[in-house]
Amino acid sequence: MTDMTSNMNASGSSEDLAAQIAAANSFPPEPPARPIRSAIKRVLTDPLGLVGTVIVVVMLLAALFAHWIAPQNPYDLAVLDILDNRLPPGSESFSGMTYWLGTDDQGRDLYSAILYGLRTSIFVGIASAGIALVIGSVMGLISAYFGGRTDTLVMRLVDIQLSFPPILVALILLAILGQGVDKIIVALVVTQWAYYARTVRGAALVERGRTYVDAARCLALPSRMVTMNHILPNCLPPLIVVATMRVAYAVSLEATLSFLGIGLPVTEPSLGLLISNGNKYMLSGDWWISVFPGVALLLLIVGINLVGDRLRDVLNPKFKD
Amino acid sequence: MTAYLLRRGGQTLLTLLVMSILVFVGVYLVGNPVDVMISATATPQERAELIVRMGLDQPVWVQYWHFLKGALSGDLGNSFLYNRPALGLIFERMPATLELAFSALFLGLVFGIPLGVIAGLRPSKPESRGIMAFSILGFSLPTFWVGLMMILLFAVKLDILPASGRGETVNVLGVPLSIFTTDGLSHIFLPALNLALFKISLVIRLTRAGVSEALQSEYVRFARAKGVSEWRIVFLHVLKNTLIPLITVVGLELGALIAFAVVTETIFSWPGMGKLIIDAITTLDRPVILAYLMITVLMFTVINLIVDLTYTLVDPRVKIDGGSE
Amino acid sequence: MTTNMTSRSDYALELRGLETVFDGDKGAVAAVRNVNLAIKPGEIVGLVGESGSGKSVTGLSIMGLIDRPGRVSKGEILLNGEDLRKVSAKRLRSLRGDRMAMIFQDPMMTLNPVLRIDTQMIEAITAHDPRIDKTVARNRCRDALGMVGIPDPEERLYAYPHQFSGGMRQRVAIAIAMLNNPDLIIADEPTTALDVTIQAQIIAEMQKLCKERGTALIWITHDLTVVAELTQRVYVMYAGSVVEEGPLDDVLDNPLHPYTQGLIRSIPADNDPGSRLFQIPGMTPPIDRMPKGCRFHPRCPYVQLDCLNDIELTQTSAARSVRCAHPINQGEQVS
Repeated sequence: MTDMTSNMNASGSSEDLAAQIAAANSFPPEPPARPIRSAIKRVLTDPLGLVGTVIVVVMLLAALFAHWIAPQNPYDLAVLDILDNRLPPGSESFSGMTYWLGTDDQGRDLYSAILYGLRTSIFVGIASAGIALVIGSVMGLISAYFGGRTDTLVMRLVDIQLSFPPILVALILLAILGQGVDKIIVALVVTQWAYYARTVRGAALVERGRTYVDAARCLALPSRMVTMNHILPNCLPPLIVVATMRVAYAVSLEATLSFLGIGLPVTEPSLGLLISNGNKYMLSGDWWISVFPGVALLLLIVGINLVGDRLRDVLNPKFKD
Repeated sequence: MTAYLLRRGGQTLLTLLVMSILVFVGVYLVGNPVDVMISATATPQERAELIVRMGLDQPVWVQYWHFLKGALSGDLGNSFLYNRPALGLIFERMPATLELAFSALFLGLVFGIPLGVIAGLRPSKPESRGIMAFSILGFSLPTFWVGLMMILLFAVKLDILPASGRGETVNVLGVPLSIFTTDGLSHIFLPALNLALFKISLVIRLTRAGVSEALQSEYVRFARAKGVSEWRIVFLHVLKNTLIPLITVVGLELGALIAFAVVTETIFSWPGMGKLIIDAITTLDRPVILAYLMITVLMFTVINLIVDLTYTLVDPRVKIDGGSE
Repeated sequence: MTTNMTSRSDYALELRGLETVFDGDKGAVAAVRNVNLAIKPGEIVGLVGESGSGKSVTGLSIMGLIDRPGRVSKGEILLNGEDLRKVSAKRLRSLRGDRMAMIFQDPMMTLNPVLRIDTQMIEAITAHDPRIDKTVARNRCRDALGMVGIPDPEERLYAYPHQFSGGMRQRVAIAIAMLNNPDLIIADEPTTALDVTIQAQIIAEMQKLCKERGTALIWITHDLTVVAELTQRVYVMYAGSVVEEGPLDDVLDNPLHPYTQGLIRSIPADNDPGSRLFQIPGMTPPIDRMPKGCRFHPRCPYVQLDCLNDIELTQTSAARSVRCAHPINQGEQVS
């Protein structure tokens, strides 16, 4: 509301009158703006957002504690019994253990395999999205901050990068690099950094235009400090949204590449590889070997996307993706 | 106009050159294709002979120079695996991939635009929420997984559609196509739908965003103030403004469709370029990898160019030099 | 063109107790409250206020162009005596663009960028007369363009909006509004986005055209100087309500409401260059946080304790009304 005191003095009224009028006009104060905290709150109060969050949290915990939860270590060949191969869900092994989700062609408990596979998938997804986020943000900030030729160069690079479908870029890189967790993370980073760069640049340009950054400049703060302290926090909301969606995409792309047999090696099977293993038995009716890892993958990706979609609605950054 | 085309052509050549160097050197460093090609029982002498015959004993830059000379005369080398010209292999498989990609694009537009318009016109209606939920799923679900489920459902459980191959084809202008026979259509339906799913979601989102933006625009308000019917506002004012930007995306997505066909072709054993490139990558068949990438990038560039040119035709504000008046 | 309704009213438009609300999370909030307004054929009135005063919402409410979550919740909107709140959607559409037209603020945004001018003009005719001969319609469009001062109208019909300057686009919009010779035109700050010289030309032309055709014109603006050039009567709006109305000269010479006085005092004076410009302190309250009683009291220099009571628009003379407990020149004055 308006500061009234000066008017009152001008009109020569008593302070008593001013106080009475001020009291009549008092409104509850606006809650302080805390975009990210309130966004989290709003995501959790939305049914779909809550479902997504629960899925993601459960999956993260399952992946983190896979070696405690899993009934067997699926990659310890000593505990596998080939006689148990391709058992349907709910079957019991000779040793009395129940395979709730069935077994694969090597007699491996699918439930355990999925937990371990989940761990690999989530690790690859988060690691690649995280590295891409750092590289992309730095590039975006550089681009926005220096402008001019630097900006043109970086954005040209981003455009070229984005004009190629991610899967094609990943194919090229994996053809060059070969297989392995590190290789696929590199490939995923290369396919993704440009999204972050574009997002951060866009947000930073908006923020840079605002006066408080000018004010900070006038105080002769070193330019790096201005960028980091003032621009970066304000780029966070759009960045969080992009990062959430990108993790989901990275998980999906990794699964796809592994399914195609050019992603992760057989020694570190992710969900994509488990699905691929079961694929050949699908037509003969042993559906569970592919379907259960697929459901896990699906829940993970849909869960992350639900959270991301809600976040986008509540943080509402005007960006194009 | 000529200058514009020349500039675009130059950019394409540069991209091709840089990419071919990267891939050539990269694949050279990864492994020796001879190991893949030769039987385990071969003598060291046979092995050495093969290496010389393939030119693999030369330094990498000499090999690249030979490749470049060949490329300029339209020869991208012989496939290590098939011992046939790599380019020929690609061209043989290309119609199948293009047919698949265009069918998917067609499905994407035919489903995506109307659904997007519905969701954009009445965003709070249950059907719109349903459409948007579908599009989140379409975005989230990995293509290969959906493909597998389609096979499981339609080919294994219901047994109403075939799970693999192109079916009966008809030669149109010397190109074999599946879409003109019923058998071919039944074969292409599942893979095309599988490949289209992501595009349908994308087109829904873009159309919806465009429609709701146009609906809030001043020109729609002004058209309403003129007394123009709601029907005409939606189908002329709104739709034209929505579809013009969609052209760019659709064009670029055609490229993505060709690339993503890799996945769908693998699942549905569709005999296109995608299957070829996956095999080539796993066997380090360098000439085929290179040929595939060169052709794909070339196709991308041509598509992009066509999209840009189309854009100047349909959007009155855009001129070929890039500026507007 | 003739009016297709026999006039049951002396007024081209009459608003009685118009209220427009916006539904939000915390219930409906009124953007426009109890607005009464009457305008005779051929008359030009000004609707003046700061942004957020509800003047544009009033204009859109008349046209039936309030989008969700907004809605007209109370009152009557009588166009030639016919209550627009009671007519069917079909009837309302047939009146829009035919009997009443509206011109918007930003000429860069009002024309559809991807349609040719002729398409956008002819549809304004065919929307109301689908069987009209295309050549006749085209000729009418051409004449309308010529009338608003666009050179080579025949040729310009084939142009796209981006090929016109802002001023020319606004002329096109005016030509479109006038195509069917409406009884009422609502002009929502149509010259605000334009250069001052072009602004003056357009104002002069609108004035002339409305006079010639007997069109009633409501000119919505935040700029009193525009009103001074153009209108006969003026309504001053603040925070969703009319706070003062009366003949232009009376209001300008002798404002009754402190807000009107503030608006007048904030006009840069020609005869006193270099003097410090007056500003009304504070700003229009947001519609969901309206002060009690007189909504202007937190900004008012003459505020008294009884300003916290609600106050109605009160007639002070035959032609003038004010919504103020302590109108200037009428009660005790402190300044």
